[in-house]
Parts: sequence; structure tokens; C-alpha cells
Amino acid sequence: MSDSHAVAVVGHEEGHSEHPAYQRHHFVSMEQQNETVSFGMWLFLLTEIMFFGGLFTAYLIYRNWYFPAFVAASHTLNLWEGTINTFVLISSSFTMAMGVWCAETKRSKGLIWSLIGTLILGAVFLGIKYDEYHEKYELHHIPGEIFHFNSQGFVHPSAEALKTGEKPLAPDMAAKTEVYFSLYFAMTGMHALHMVIGMVLLSGMLWKASHGGYMNGHIAFVENFGLYWHFVDIVWIFLFPLLYLISRHA
Amino acid sequence: MSTIVSLPDQATARIPKRNYLTNENGLLSWLLTGDHKRIAVLYLISITFFFFIGGALAGMIRLELLTPQSDLMASDTYNKVFTMHGVIMVFLFLVPSVPATLGNFLIPIMIGAKDLAFPKINLLSWYLYLVGGGMTLTAMITGGVDTGWTFTTPMSTHFSNTNVITTGLAIFVAGFSSIFTGLNFIVTIHRMRAPGMTWFKLPLFCWAHYAASILMVLGTPVLAITLVLVVLERTIGIGVFDPTKGGDPILFQHLFWFYSHPAVYIMILPGMGVISEVISTFSRKRVFGYTAVAFSSVAIAVFGFFVWAHHMFIMGVSNYAVLVFSLLTMLVAVPSAIKIFNWAFTLYKGSITFETPMLYAFGFMGLFTIGGLTGVFLGSSGTDIHLTETYFIVAHFHFVMVGGMLMAFLSGVHFWWPKMTGRMYPEKISQLAAVVTFIGFNFTFFPQFLLGMLGMPRRYAAYPHEFQVLNVFSTAGASILGVGYLLPMIYLIWSLKYGEVAGNNPWQATGLEWQIQSPPLTENFTTIPIVTQDVYDYEWLERQKEHEVTHVG
Repeated sequence: MSDSHAVAVVGHEEGHSEHPAYQRHHFVSMEQQNETVSFGMWLFLLTEIMFFGGLFTAYLIYRNWYFPAFVAASHTLNLWEGTINTFVLISSSFTMAMGVWCAETKRSKGLIWSLIGTLILGAVFLGIKYDEYHEKYELHHIPGEIFHFNSQGFVHPSAEALKTGEKPLAPDMAAKTEVYFSLYFAMTGMHALHMVIGMVLLSGMLWKASHGGYMNGHIAFVENFGLYWHFVDIVWIFLFPLLYLISRHA
Repeated sequence: MSTIVSLPDQATARIPKRNYLTNENGLLSWLLTGDHKRIAVLYLISITFFFFIGGALAGMIRLELLTPQSDLMASDTYNKVFTMHGVIMVFLFLVPSVPATLGNFLIPIMIGAKDLAFPKINLLSWYLYLVGGGMTLTAMITGGVDTGWTFTTPMSTHFSNTNVITTGLAIFVAGFSSIFTGLNFIVTIHRMRAPGMTWFKLPLFCWAHYAASILMVLGTPVLAITLVLVVLERTIGIGVFDPTKGGDPILFQHLFWFYSHPAVYIMILPGMGVISEVISTFSRKRVFGYTAVAFSSVAIAVFGFFVWAHHMFIMGVSNYAVLVFSLLTMLVAVPSAIKIFNWAFTLYKGSITFETPMLYAFGFMGLFTIGGLTGVFLGSSGTDIHLTETYFIVAHFHFVMVGGMLMAFLSGVHFWWPKMTGRMYPEKISQLAAVVTFIGFNFTFFPQFLLGMLGMPRRYAAYPHEFQVLNVFSTAGASILGVGYLLPMIYLIWSLKYGEVAGNNPWQATGLEWQIQSPPLTENFTTIPIVTQDVYDYEWLERQKEHEVTHVG
């Protein structure tokens, strides 16, 4: 708790303002306002963790039940695209952090370029994601009517693969890969939705920054958006190993 | 005002001209307001609207059950009616009622702040509530939903051909309203307290809302994602809950009850906060064991997250899980009992008066205790297996949620009505309403305990003849209860124009909210107060009074 509460400040009639324009009327000081806003943002991110938590719970359970299906299905994901996307996203977190730093140190140009960089990297991520989704569509790996799983010989491995000791996936277990893909699309889709929301906010911020915004020291929005963007990044940092990497060759 | 001085104020003959209601005029000044008190009023109006829709549906259910045959409506209509009754009452009335109205109005004032931390988000949450409510009504008008308010899979995902998607999304949206309210309360209580307002000087009302907000913030997102999965399963056929694709319908219940059991505490905790304030005021005593009552709120919130599977004892969860969840369920009784016992000790040797809020509070204590004790029957797996899906369940949760929560809500509305409007309601008729409500309530729901024990299942439009007598009792009680709810509606509206002017502190209570004018100014305080006095210091107040008398005498 800060000391800002320890001081009683005489209130003022509505309409008058003896404080900076960006201080809301119901706060005693800028310090209190900034602390409050950032606390609110952290709490919101906590609700986001719980939001994704439901999906992670489902993943945990089904992975235990249908382990071979999950291994086989994760093989069909494009590891390269996933890896590149991980780097793209981490880079975008870096440019975002640079943006926050530029706003703090009142570097207008730096802020604008950081935001542009973040926006481009976000778009690249979604572009690659689109390509992955498209590939899944062509392989009939989209849950629903068209779903079909026999790709890359997991159900009927080639003679060569059998020689190397690979075991065929039982047909009933192969059917369970649909659960994996359901979770894959629900989790990455929810993540992508967060990216899209983030990019809309980024565009707004960029517009404001290019009109000289955030140079007066009032950068709570930039800071909190930074937290949001890093959070979306962290969700991906969990999704990538869970969906792409774990026991690909179990 | 630099310290809290709780002296009886002179009842002014008229309402102060400048207050939050008259500060600005016009519809837009209301629809775009950032004032937590105005938003509370907006909520009060819209929540009351939904309460009466939900109540009308309840009336239809009770009418149908007057006779053993399904004669008033066909079975599928009946399914839609009880589903809508549940959805509206739970998500659009019980969950938001006390927090969004009384909590919104009072928390900033009680802690000496000018507003909630995020006024715009507060307004946004009201709009989200309206959108959610509007979508629910749309779903109801365009064909209804028949899954029950629990949306249990696979009924909701595969077999129901009604408006599950619209209703699911409606609750998703309304859920965010609840998340934002909780978030706002937590941040406000942490960061916006006036100088001197330490955690242990917080009114118990604030503690209760703090605990309930933790549940809103952590539980509601899980419900949100669960409903998203149901919608995705219905629209594009992902198979997370579909056994034919390897999914598990029971997983839905785990996720659903992970929110919806704590939701019971989201409803009841704020109600308990109201009761603490009312009991203390009308027995002129400090709440006995303040710290214990405060921490018991938090304990209920924490335990509340670990008991969800007691809704699933007959769903094929393992015996071990049944045992553990049974035990954890019993544990919740401890903090709840701490509250009840401490209120009883508060009353002990107090100078008790029976104003309307106090009558409702007594109603709360009685009904909630019965609701809680019958919960033990259901928490024990042996009796639970016999009673599950019978009217015993229906009676139990109505005793807790309606008998508990609704009584507390009415208690709180009456208690703070003078503060919110500046006017008193007619005392005699409001006392009558409290008594009628209590009698009507018992008449309605006590027979349902018996029906449940005899084995009458819930959610059927028709039933065997031997259950009719008790059902007639129940329906008769429901009409008395209906009168009990309509009365306050009428005289409270009447009081807006003709009620006696209340003055700042009609109950001679100690809270910060009673030290400012009624109705309050838009910014609550002309000067941010410095809190030096203990909370509920009625002893001090009485001494001051004696002092005055001796001086005057």
C-alpha cells in the first residue's frame, strides 16, 4: 500500500480541476491512479488465466486418456511454422517492451516504430497461423462432418515405418484424434482472437502515438497494453510445447 | 468533516437540493453516467424488472403443479418455463442483485472514496448486463430453451433443438458484467480507502463483497469458456463434450459447477454482509467477533472453490472423490456457522428493535439456517443419492438462495432506502410485508422438502396423485409470497414521492455512509474523511448520547 492514502486532500466541486487533465476526478493523486489502473490490469489477466484454464484442464484430462492419439495428432502439426511463430511472437513482445520504454523516456519516433513493429509481427503470426489452419483444412483435420484422420500413415504405417519399430495407431484411438484437434482449434483460436483484439488496440494506440500522444508521462494505457500483449505471448509459450512438442516421438 | 462524528443529526425537513439524483438532468446524463450511485439505481431498476419476469414464470410453474396432470401447458412448454425461470433468476437476478445495486452504491461511500476505481468499466458492466438480459429475453420469445438452467450436456449440445446458443452467449455476456463488477470492487477496496480506513475498520459489508468478488473474478471466466465450448460444439461440432468423438459430457459438469457452486456464495456472501450491518445497527452493538466474521467470508470463498463435485455424486465420479468432496462440503458449514453464531451473540443483550430491515434479517437467519442444515443431507452421499433430483433439492436451494439471498436483498434495500432516496417508506406496511414474505416463503417451500423425501422428482409437469396435497399447499404459499414481493414494490415507489424525509441518519448508525447527506452528493464527500473511529462503535455512540443528555439536563 502506498502512502498516497495517508494524506487527506480537500475535495473540490465538480467541474473545477486543480490536477492534470489525465487525472480522473475520483483519484487523490496520479500515483494512486496509476497503481489502481495497473492493479486492475493484473487482476484482469488473472481472470484470463482462469478463462484459458478451462481449456488447459480439458487438455490435461484428454491427453491422459488418449495419449497415443495425442502423440499421433501432434505429429501432423507443422513444427517449423509453429517454431517460427514462437520466435515471431517473442520478437513482438520485445518490440512491445521497447515501445513501453520509449513511451516512458518520451521518445516519440521510437514508440511509433515499436508499435509498427509489434503490429507487423502480430500480423505475420496470424498469417502463419492462417497457413497452418489451411493445411489442417486440406488434411481434413477440422473437427466436424469432414473430419478424417489417416494422414502420414499413423493408422496404416508403411512397411518401412513398421521396420523402424513404429506401431500402428488402433482405429478407435485414431478416431480420438478429433478431440485433440478440437482442443487445438479451441485453444489456438481463442489465442488468435486475443491477438486480433490486441492488434485493434495496437492500431488505435499507433494512431494516437502518431498524433503526438503518450509524450506527457501519462502512459498507463501503453504499459497495460504491454502487459496484455506479454500475457498473450505467455499463453502461446504454453500452447506451443503442449500442442506441438511434447512426446512427438514417444 | 475531518473525523467521523456520529451524533444524531437534526432531521431536516426537506431533501437537500443538490444531490446525485438532481445534479444533472436528462436521459443521457443517466445513460452515460460514471457515478456509481446512478449506476446502482440503473441496476436496481433493471434487476427488479428481471425479478418480476422470473417471478411470473415461477407463478406459471406453481399453477401447472396445482394439479397432477400436465394441463396448463404441455411438457415441453413446462421445460422451457422452468429453464427460463432458473436462467433469469440465477444469472440476471441473484448473482448481480446485492453487489450491483447495494454494493455499487455503498462500497465507495463506506470506504470514504468518491467513486469506484473504474467508473467507465462500471457503466460498461451495466450495459453488458442489459445486452445479456436482452439476449435472454430474445431467446425466450423466439422459442425458449429447455435444457434447464444448468445446460447439462449432452442435452444442451446434441438433443435440444431450442435456443441454446443465444442463451449461452447471453450468459457469457452477462458473465463479463459480473467479472467487471468483481474486479472493480477488489481494486476499489484495495486502493481507494480513505486515510485511516484500515482493513480491520472496513464494514463487514465490504469484507463480504471482497470475498464474493474473488469468486466472481476467478469463477466466472471458467463458466464463460465452458459456454463457448458448448456453443462451438453445437455450431461446428467440436467434440470436447461428445462421447461419440471421445469427449466427456461429465467434463462439462466439472467445469460448470466449478463456477456454479461458488456462484451460490457470490449470491449469499453479499447478503451476509447486509445482515451484519443490519443486525449490528438494530441491536446497537458492535458485531461480535468482527475479525472472525470478516475472515469467515474469505474462508467461505476459498472453500467454495473445492466443493463443486458434490453436485455430481450420482454422475459416476469415484467413491474416493465422493468422500473427499463430501468432507470438503461439510467444512463450508464451519465459516457459515461462525457467522450465524456471531450474529446471535451480537443480538445477545443488545437493545433490539424490530424495524423492517431487522425483520428481514431475522427471516434471513431462520431460512438460511434451514437451507444450510438441509445442505448437510445433500452433502452426505448416502442421503444425497436418495434425494438427488427430487423436490428436496429444489426446496434446499430455494431456502438458501431465495430465503437467504432475497431476504437479505430486501433487508438491505429497506435499510439503505432512506440513504438512496432521502425518504422513508411507511413503517407499518413494510413490517407487514416482511412477515407476509416469511410466512409465504415457508408455506411455499417447506412442503417441497416433504415432497422430495417422498420421492417426487423435479422438472416434471405431471406427477402422481398422492403428491397433490403438498403441491396445493406449495402453490397457495407461492401466492402469499407473491403478495409479499408486490407490497414493497408498491410502497417503495409510493415513498419516492410521499415518503417522510429521512434525514442523514434515520437509524442512528455508525457507518461512513450515514455521515453524509441523503441522497448523497455526486462525489459522496465534500472532503475526504479521515477515519479515526472503530467500525460499529455503538457503545461510543451511546456514551456520547448520555453525555449530551447530562449536559442538556
